[in-house]
Amino acid sequence: MIPQSFEYHVPRTLEEASRLAAQFGADGKFLAGGHSLIPMMKLRLAAPKHLIDLTCLRDLAYIREEGEHVRIGALTTHFRIESSALLKEKCPLLPETAREIGDVQVRNRGTIGGNLAHSDPAADWPAAVLALEAELRAVSPRGERGMAAKDFFVDLMTTALASDEVLVEIKVPQLGHGTGAAYAKLHHPASGYAMVGVAAVIALRDNGAVERAAVGITGVGPKAYRAFAVETALHGKPATQAHLNAAAAHAAEGVDVNADLYASAEYRSHLARVYTRRALEAAVKRARAAATA
Amino acid sequence: MATALLGERIKRKEDPRLIQGRGHYVDDIVLPGLLHLAFARSPHAHARIKSVDVTAAQAAPGVVAVYTGADLQGKVGMVPCAAGIEGLKVPEHPCLAVDEVRYVGEPVAVVVANSAYTARDAVEQVEVEYDPLPVVVDPEKALAPGAPRVHSKLADNVAFVAKLEGGDWKALEAEPGIKVIRQRLINQRLAPVAMETRGVVASYSPGEDLLTVWSSTQIPHILKTQLALMSGVEENHCRVIAPEVGGGFGSKLNVYGEEGVACYVSKALGRPVKWIESRRENLQATIHGRDQINDVEVYVRPDGKVAGLKCWIIADLGAYHQLLTPAIPTLTALMIVGAYHIPCVFVETKGVFTNKMATDAYRGAGRPEATYIIERVMDLVAAELNLDPVDVRMKNFPSPKDFPLALPTGVTYDSANYQRTLKKVLKAAGYTKLRKEQERLRKKGRYLGIGLSTYVEICAMGPSSRMPAGGWEFGSVRIEPTGKVTVLSGTSPHGQGEETTFAQIVASGFGIPYEDVTVLHGDTGVVPMGIGTFGSRTTAVGGTAIYLAVERLKKKMARIAAHKLGVKPGELEFKDGKVQTAGGEKAMRFLEVVAEAIFAKQLPPGVEPGLVEQCVFEPANFTFPFGAHLAVVEVDPDTGEVRLRNYYAVDDCGRVLNPMLVDGQIHGGLVQGIGQALWEEHVYDENGQLLTGTLMDYAVPRAHQFPWFETATTETPTRVNPLGAKGVGEAGTIGSTPAIVNAVVDALRPLGVRHIDMPLKPEKIWRVLRSASAA
Ligand SMILES: Cc1cc2nc3c(=O)[nH]c(=O)nc-3n(C[C@H](O)[C@H](O)[C@H](O)COP(=O)(O)OP(=O)(O)OC[C@H]3O[C@@H](n4cnc5c(N)ncnc54)[C@H](O)[C@@H]3O)c2cc1C
Repeated sequence: MIPQSFEYHVPRTLEEASRLAAQFGADGKFLAGGHSLIPMMKLRLAAPKHLIDLTCLRDLAYIREEGEHVRIGALTTHFRIESSALLKEKCPLLPETAREIGDVQVRNRGTIGGNLAHSDPAADWPAAVLALEAELRAVSPRGERGMAAKDFFVDLMTTALASDEVLVEIKVPQLGHGTGAAYAKLHHPASGYAMVGVAAVIALRDNGAVERAAVGITGVGPKAYRAFAVETALHGKPATQAHLNAAAAHAAEGVDVNADLYASAEYRSHLARVYTRRALEAAVKRARAAATA
Repeated sequence: MATALLGERIKRKEDPRLIQGRGHYVDDIVLPGLLHLAFARSPHAHARIKSVDVTAAQAAPGVVAVYTGADLQGKVGMVPCAAGIEGLKVPEHPCLAVDEVRYVGEPVAVVVANSAYTARDAVEQVEVEYDPLPVVVDPEKALAPGAPRVHSKLADNVAFVAKLEGGDWKALEAEPGIKVIRQRLINQRLAPVAMETRGVVASYSPGEDLLTVWSSTQIPHILKTQLALMSGVEENHCRVIAPEVGGGFGSKLNVYGEEGVACYVSKALGRPVKWIESRRENLQATIHGRDQINDVEVYVRPDGKVAGLKCWIIADLGAYHQLLTPAIPTLTALMIVGAYHIPCVFVETKGVFTNKMATDAYRGAGRPEATYIIERVMDLVAAELNLDPVDVRMKNFPSPKDFPLALPTGVTYDSANYQRTLKKVLKAAGYTKLRKEQERLRKKGRYLGIGLSTYVEICAMGPSSRMPAGGWEFGSVRIEPTGKVTVLSGTSPHGQGEETTFAQIVASGFGIPYEDVTVLHGDTGVVPMGIGTFGSRTTAVGGTAIYLAVERLKKKMARIAAHKLGVKPGELEFKDGKVQTAGGEKAMRFLEVVAEAIFAKQLPPGVEPGLVEQCVFEPANFTFPFGAHLAVVEVDPDTGEVRLRNYYAVDDCGRVLNPMLVDGQIHGGLVQGIGQALWEEHVYDENGQLLTGTLMDYAVPRAHQFPWFETATTETPTRVNPLGAKGVGEAGTIGSTPAIVNAVVDALRPLGVRHIDMPLKPEKIWRVLRSASAA
């Protein structure tokens, strides 16, 4: 478990970081919490010649409310999100998801930005940002831009980020009145990652029908995805058990489903449906509570 | 500073340094001029080595030397196997493969460099050309005629066949009304995964012709003998030190090729060398555990009395024998009747070579397999005859009055009261209420399961007549002039906490503070002889040696004190830091007696100066701890996930010397045993590639996956040793696995489920649920 040798760089500014990244191209990698990158290097699955450490860019670790949004700096650790009073109140799906990630040590080092940039097909954050319809903001020598979560995850461990782009912020719209969200995860018994992880956001109309549903699913396919078929099936329908069941049945539709030692593709598809149903049930329950609150 | 007494719940002496990261493990040993080793390993499960080209690796900056199997041939001895089994085939097992590799991860060459990083990088430059050979992974296929042979020099893949038979089978088979139940039970391959991987530092000093080895081992003295033989350095010029050892679970009860190589390289170069195993190597090339196929045939009378048990064991040994590889499955045969009086037994054990890493002792070592077999058998009998599993067990238990109890397997159980532990666990769990709850939930379509395991294990290994390298243990006790006590033990605790228990034994014997006692172990230069720590023997055998040394010293001190006080030695007791007559009217302080003994001014005639005594304790028998475990699980009808709701464990390890340590051993053991039932499985594909080669794939159990364990003990002392202690290091692992499987099968009984093989992954159960609902 010894990585190949590399050079280590500590940029003092964001500009310097992305300039270094532009300079090294494919030979360079950003380092955040190191909890995905360093294991890969130790297994020699990754061998960057240059590591550009972002952890000194302290002003990229924050959680703040701004108007209709909550803004989270990319270098914010899972633990800070898990324990944030602001998020527990304004966007409880995030702390709920954070709690499910790895163990205490992992949550104390790992960052939401690193997790999203790494885009492991079984990581938890992608499901949450998809369901929350978050915007992911990045900076490069060419300037700053925002990407919708649904456009961010491109393929297996591939995102829309250019190699010199630093993910700087996750901008999450606050849930409106009568909206509930939930995360349902089955942990892989060895890695602790998601065998399946489903984040669901449900907005109910006053008459109890579904105004809006957004479902993000991780662990099932080569990348996390929005389960649009599930969402469409619910739209405008009353949030009854029968409708939730029927909608959840679409959870793995059109997905090239993963198989491993613990779950065949067939079983994993089944899990996707069951956990989607559970996430929907919990989200609806919370939406109802939010409506009466 | 209260005098610690035996039986008290005392915190471990070793923990402050371990918790604060102040202990010293092998990797903390740094010597001047230290070089580092890295091994090139086979990516093939079976292949001929056509050529090994080390030129590039050798030329890499920082590389000092590279050795291949051919370089070491004839210069380092074979990896030893100590198991004595009649007719056992022992293939050559070189430290580095010479012309053939037989499992993925087999070491082929070693790089020696000035840093671990350089060594690791250079390994990638060792170019080995392989000619792949046919691979055999499944032990049943390995037994088929014409199967590829793991060792072409051997006629087939059978390492040994052992039979064990007892009782009047003719009469039983002819008995009218006897019912025969058959079942195949698979005990899957596991990885021990000690938190600290293996590691070795070897340092040869040419001037003194002295070889010093630091190894993460459970058996420093045995390792010293073997490394002397392998390296050619005379044994009285060898010293082995086991510093802090971060877990072993049997995986370090061994002598590994890498250790032989390290000694050779240090000797060849005259410089100290270090090798620290990576986790990937640990999963590949440190011994594995279990891996048996068990076909059982149970002969049962209509009332549930089990009258006979037959079992055909196929033990997957892997490609080579490690130290005890073939001996492990023979322990399964020995313990197969468990806690039951079964008059007829037949066991045939076949040890089979396959292209995989060797199996060997993993916590429980052969007994978890036996316990799994017999405890599943009891539940199969209950299900078949529609009896309560409690009743079947009660019916088959011997009475407490039957002990010592000689069994058809050839062992004699020392003492037990199986009824008492079972009743206690049923009470703790509220068994009758649980069964009612189960009924209620079943009506609602929920699957609650209750599983029992009433195990017995064989511990305190053991009488020398039955152990390959002797089964005694050494202990010595020395009182220093300041009254502090130094204890030496030939055992090699590596997390169990005997620095604490041994100090308790000594302090309570002398009536002195527990803080005044220091225990040294794990250094052959300090402790003259020893066997080591395994087989739940350390306290029962090693602790007894110390206890007896204390008794000898007390006799001597009493003579000296009696001489001074003008009383008879027999009138004196050791209490509260004094040596005194019963009422305390005549007394000397402990320290005064020590001064008398050591400064030797007025010793009674014939008494030697000094206070040091040693004892080599030879137990007359093994001990047989036992217990009753009860698991409550609920199976998720949607997904097949198993939730362990409650776990109750009542264990009887004889006299309890420190309840906190017993709890610790039980908790850790349960986790490993439950891990086998639910998650763990070391998987090779049909090409012999390891699919669970990282901890991202191999499911090691974790604390958060478990409910609070409800533990309790009963105490049935043994007469095998004067402490009355039986051993508890493996009990949790041995007892728990079948309790879980029995619980899950019990949960699914309404669906007609009779058995599911481990690990009980949700997908397997989901398939069972699905086919049941389709039916
Ligand atoms: C034992 C263990 C268990 C785990 N369990 C889980 C789990 O259950 N669920 C889960 O989701 N995750 C899990 N993880 C992964 C963990 O959450 C990681 O922390 C996370 O995936 C990566 O974040 P990081 O900050 O550590 O990033 P790093 O490992 O430092 O970087 C990961 C990748 O992202 C890039 N990167 C990092 N930051 C940025 C940025 N700001 N802009 C652009 N690129 C960037 C890096 O170059 C690298 O390619 C686990 C990890 C471990 C070690």
